[in-house]
Amino acid sequence: MGRTQKQATARAAGRNAGAQDIRFVQGNEACVLGALYAGVGFFAGYPITPSTEIAEHLAEQLPRRGGVFIQMEDEISAMCAVCGASLAGAKAMTATSGPGFSLKQEAIGYACMAEIPCVVVDVQRAGPSTGLPTKVSQGDVNQARWGAHGDHSIVVLTASSIQDVFSITVEAFNIAETYRTPVILLFDEVVGHMREKLVIPPQGDLEVVERLRTEVRAGVNYHPYLPREDGRLPISDFGGVHRYNVTGLFHDIFGFPTEKPEEVTKLVYHLVDKIENRAHLLARHKEYYLEDAEHVIVSYGSSARSAIHLVEGRRRKGDRIGLLELQTLWPFPSQLVREKTARARNVFVVEMNMGQVKSQVKQAAVHPDRVFLVNRMDGMMVTPTDIGKVMRIIEGRGF
Amino acid sequence: MAFRKLIRERFFPHIWCPGCGHGIVLNALLHTVNELELDKSSLCMVSGIGCSARISGYVDFHSMHTMHGRALACATGLKLTKPSLNVFVPMGDGDATAIGGNHFIHACRRNIDLTAIIFNNRIYGMTGGQYSPLSGEGILATTAPYRSIDPAFDIVELALGAGATFVARSTAFHVKELGGILKKAIQHKGISVVEVLVQCPTYFGRKNKIGGPVELLEYFRDNTAPLGTKKLDENPALIARGVFRDEARPEYCEEYAKIIARAQG
Repeated sequence: MGRTQKQATARAAGRNAGAQDIRFVQGNEACVLGALYAGVGFFAGYPITPSTEIAEHLAEQLPRRGGVFIQMEDEISAMCAVCGASLAGAKAMTATSGPGFSLKQEAIGYACMAEIPCVVVDVQRAGPSTGLPTKVSQGDVNQARWGAHGDHSIVVLTASSIQDVFSITVEAFNIAETYRTPVILLFDEVVGHMREKLVIPPQGDLEVVERLRTEVRAGVNYHPYLPREDGRLPISDFGGVHRYNVTGLFHDIFGFPTEKPEEVTKLVYHLVDKIENRAHLLARHKEYYLEDAEHVIVSYGSSARSAIHLVEGRRRKGDRIGLLELQTLWPFPSQLVREKTARARNVFVVEMNMGQVKSQVKQAAVHPDRVFLVNRMDGMMVTPTDIGKVMRIIEGRGF
Repeated sequence: MAFRKLIRERFFPHIWCPGCGHGIVLNALLHTVNELELDKSSLCMVSGIGCSARISGYVDFHSMHTMHGRALACATGLKLTKPSLNVFVPMGDGDATAIGGNHFIHACRRNIDLTAIIFNNRIYGMTGGQYSPLSGEGILATTAPYRSIDPAFDIVELALGAGATFVARSTAFHVKELGGILKKAIQHKGISVVEVLVQCPTYFGRKNKIGGPVELLEYFRDNTAPLGTKKLDENPALIARGVFRDEARPEYCEEYAKIIARAQG
């Protein structure tokens, strides 16, 4: 191949690359692009740092696609509006941070009970209360799981890179629509604000799930809350041919309030089992150098970026160390964690809180006494040096 | 009963106490919907929590029984997604003026096309008779054993101040008048706020020794007067009934459609 021909080929490749949709964006914008890819049709929110850019980008993008953007009077009403919009047939989402996430819990519980598909983004900042509004944290892991009162289950996903933020956002909508549940996207300030390359796949490359709509015809009795054998509930959008009741009270198959113990029990099991029994199907993760790893780091979100940096540095020196990056935090992927850490001498959980995922890893691990926490919760990013220090102490190599 | 087709008979009898005024409002509403010959599948009712909120279960509309005070917020998302729906939002004292007060003033400000019906019984009935922001000073309630010191909101003034474009008041005693007001409210483009004074004999009447449903209804008869009447002018202490505002202002969903047009243009 001659020089000119090589150049021509390179130019052609360049043109092909140019045909790809490549952007340099923040995590918050990648989340928006993922939501648009998944077909979001409704967003309601209230500005709060560090999630505000999600609202700003959707305010611009949604009307262009005929979708609805509304800035509500608070986070409570935003989450409520999302519930209303979803029942009317739109793929609906909201985004918030810190105290705003606390305010949304009431309607998140309602969405769990009434089985309303929706996506809630929480770009975590340090708390409690107003905390450190512009600083990073991963302190909402347990709130994402247990923020709403009462027995329920919920799906919580996260990501550590801009590309993954995009694809996990598409997944979040898919899971919400499939299981008729709120899905929490638990990002953090660093992931939300850092900029990286994003390649937007052509529409069709990533699967986009549409909600299952009932095939029951007009005039035939439709039971909105009678699960199929696979646990799914075909929906009828408000305004359609079936008129039924939706309530946050325990309800029967018509959606009408019930206090009958057997109906209540059945519904609790349904709400919990439809997610917990599928923990293995919902477990998203990434792994690096785990095959022969003596030391396994378990991490997620921006903490996983520091972890992989350390892992690669130590691998170059010959250390047998690997990383398990969790992308599904709830239902907690216990089976996955147990398997991936089974042969490890030490397991280090790296996160920016007081050990919220560490407690789960300890419960899942074969040797809980070999699970150690590496954390920061001072608003600063946990660094590879922070991780290295703890590891040296545990390995008995001094401070 | 021509409006039988508008209710879910399977879920009756209703939970309201004997003598409660809520059923009277439901009756007036169903008569009006029937008279207007509205298509059931275009009707939607979004309610909050409390005695009044249970009304959504009894009507054969698309019905969403939500959280305390959040009905208007849920209805806003629903209406914006499907503006063709005719959305009713029944609310009680707490839904409209306490926990949901913020959503109430903002729904009025936006002028979104919802029909808000506020059942004002001056008490929290569902929880057993505590005072509400509509009770007013001197009222006895389970949480006001020494009489309430809280002044009451005037819902009409509140709605007018917040920018609602249709504001009216009636009572459970004046059922025909209420039907006429509801008719105008449903036909109005934009937010309609209809305050209905309703009796709660079980808690408000009994606690305050006013009497049963009959005495409470008589109170509405004797202490209210229609707007623009000599009776009202001569007795400023009477509570005014009627339509306080009915004006045209750009409706929120229609304005949002213009945003879409601008964004796509």
